[in-house]
Amino acid sequence: MKKKSIGQFLSGSREASLVIVLIVLLIVVGVINPSFLSFTNIRQIFLNNTLTFLMALGMLCVMLTAGIDISITSTLAFAGMSIGLLQKYNVVHNTFLLFVIGAAIGIFCGFLNGIIIAKGHVAPIICTMGFMYIWRGMAYVISNNNWASGMDVAGFSDFGKDGAPGPYIILVIAYVVFFVMMKWTRFGRKIYAVGSNTEAARVSGINVDRTLASVYTIMGFLAGVAGVLSVSIYASAQPNMQYGKEMDVIAACVIGGVAMSGGRGSVAGTFLGALIIGIISKALPMVNIPNFWQNLIKGVIILAVVILNVVTQRTMEKQNLLRREM
Amino acid sequence: MKKKLLSVILATAVAASLLAGCGSSAADTAAPAADAAAPAADAAAPADSSGGGKTYALVTKSAGNPFMERMASGFQEVVEAQGGTVVIQNPEAATPDAQISVIQSLISQGVDSIAVDGNDANALTAVLTEASGKGIKILTLDSDVAPDTRTVYCNQAGVSQIGETLMEAVYDLTGGEGDWAILSATSQATNQNAWIDAMKKLMESDSKYAKLNLVEVAYGDDEPQKSTDQTQALLQNYPDLKVICAPTTVGIAAAAKVLQDQKSSVKLTGLGLPSEMAEYIGEDDAHSCPYMYLWNPIDLGRLAGYTSIALVDGSITGAAGDSFKAGDLGDYTIEEIDGSTQIILGPPFKFDPSNIDEWKTVY
Repeated sequence: MKKKSIGQFLSGSREASLVIVLIVLLIVVGVINPSFLSFTNIRQIFLNNTLTFLMALGMLCVMLTAGIDISITSTLAFAGMSIGLLQKYNVVHNTFLLFVIGAAIGIFCGFLNGIIIAKGHVAPIICTMGFMYIWRGMAYVISNNNWASGMDVAGFSDFGKDGAPGPYIILVIAYVVFFVMMKWTRFGRKIYAVGSNTEAARVSGINVDRTLASVYTIMGFLAGVAGVLSVSIYASAQPNMQYGKEMDVIAACVIGGVAMSGGRGSVAGTFLGALIIGIISKALPMVNIPNFWQNLIKGVIILAVVILNVVTQRTMEKQNLLRREM
Repeated sequence: MKKKLLSVILATAVAASLLAGCGSSAADTAAPAADAAAPAADAAAPADSSGGGKTYALVTKSAGNPFMERMASGFQEVVEAQGGTVVIQNPEAATPDAQISVIQSLISQGVDSIAVDGNDANALTAVLTEASGKGIKILTLDSDVAPDTRTVYCNQAGVSQIGETLMEAVYDLTGGEGDWAILSATSQATNQNAWIDAMKKLMESDSKYAKLNLVEVAYGDDEPQKSTDQTQALLQNYPDLKVICAPTTVGIAAAAKVLQDQKSSVKLTGLGLPSEMAEYIGEDDAHSCPYMYLWNPIDLGRLAGYTSIALVDGSITGAAGDSFKAGDLGDYTIEEIDGSTQIILGPPFKFDPSNIDEWKTVY
């Protein structure tokens, strides 16, 4: 068998092309502002985008089934606000217990999404849009429009303090678990099966409804945990927290090569996608791009990467086809 | 059969959500009454029921902001003590379009006055002109709109007063020379820009500040995550930075946390909420913010309440020189500042280690 040329290797895998994009980004930013490549800065990219990294894993599962969940940051706010208030009124101060409560709220929210989408056959974007308003509204209602502030969450916020290991540990565990789950477990393969061909999956004996309900529950679980983390990292809980950030999570998946039509995407790609999103938001203020230009440039970069993705995908399919003909 | 069932369910759901909607808005206006109960006692004394039978509306910047919540509670306390009806509207997002739709619905409700905390100086012009045309008295508080679209602006503190106070704080914390930066909210926030301009003008005109170097005005959009990114970028881009001045409550809290977590030697000042900032205020190196300023949002809301009542009962028209009694806040006269009519609440209040413990439970 003949060795692949570098060109073939690069066009041969989506992840490889993302790595190239990443390296180019790092070099460009690093040349303009060398301090960007410092250890502290790289660490902060992960810390500031922990929530995006974490929720992108759930979004990967949801998008693999050709679904979408836009209620995630509302779930995040509801869970985060709840655990913020529990501390404000001195009910619970145990960090572990707070995580359990936040995760439980997230699971509940996600499960409702899952049941309605799987059993009620409601379009995912419609169902999650409803809950997007409901949970965001709930966050306002339970907080009575107030914050849980720095002094209320003192102690708990040490968990997510800049330099504390907590958030990184959660990220590493989550990515390892999901990597193994999506690649080597029966459940992970079921998700791919349901997404690439629902009918075929059903015929081959997969319980499609249960799989669908599960992915939204997983998404809710991660959003709940992200809510707790958010309160810890930013040392306060506001009902409007992370408003509109679900788009960053979806963008991370799309950049990472997850197809909106389902069945295609990987944990590694999602990781790279989230990393690119994180680098963009961290780098733009550091390379002295005026504030007013930052959103515009972010959009251009996202589109450019996605187009590159599509092109890579096509070449890949063409090569596969050629190989089969031979 | 199935279709019928579905439509019944849908109809019930719509009805239920409508009911829920009414319920929650009623709860919304009623809720702040509880916080306001304590100071209401002394304010109720001079009540002459001049506000009776009228409806006074307040449009805040956005929901989910404790400063707005306190402001609304002051407004509500005053108006209700005078026997008026209060409508408080918190737009979902801090944008002018969200405020426009809220104001339109207030116009169709036929309220007597609308006090607006403007999210944009000019975008509200059309809707406010329409409201004035219907005989509704328009005033602004906290953040102003174009002067010819409202009668008077209840200013928490004069722009130049805030500029001077903050500039003096920067001067004090830097030791009179060196690099400093500003972390603001959004780039269109009217009040933020006015304060920043005032500070810039002072730096140009007063030779005392000649050795101070303003390196950047960063915008955190009043989002904790973006404010954190921006603060970290400031620290990395300007290694000689001495002071960050954040005249916004969300920005200052995010910056305070970044500086304190990193044990940075950069000091912070600006405008912040005591309850949010209590963790970070202290003289020693373990705290990032030696002192900061703010006005009393409850008093600002109360001033707007008294002003609304005076405008509706005709005792003032909003012209410069008009004066009126704002309950126990004292007497106020409308002043003409830079071609716009304003009522100034008072100088900003300083929060430092000596008084923060007492204020952090208030707001």
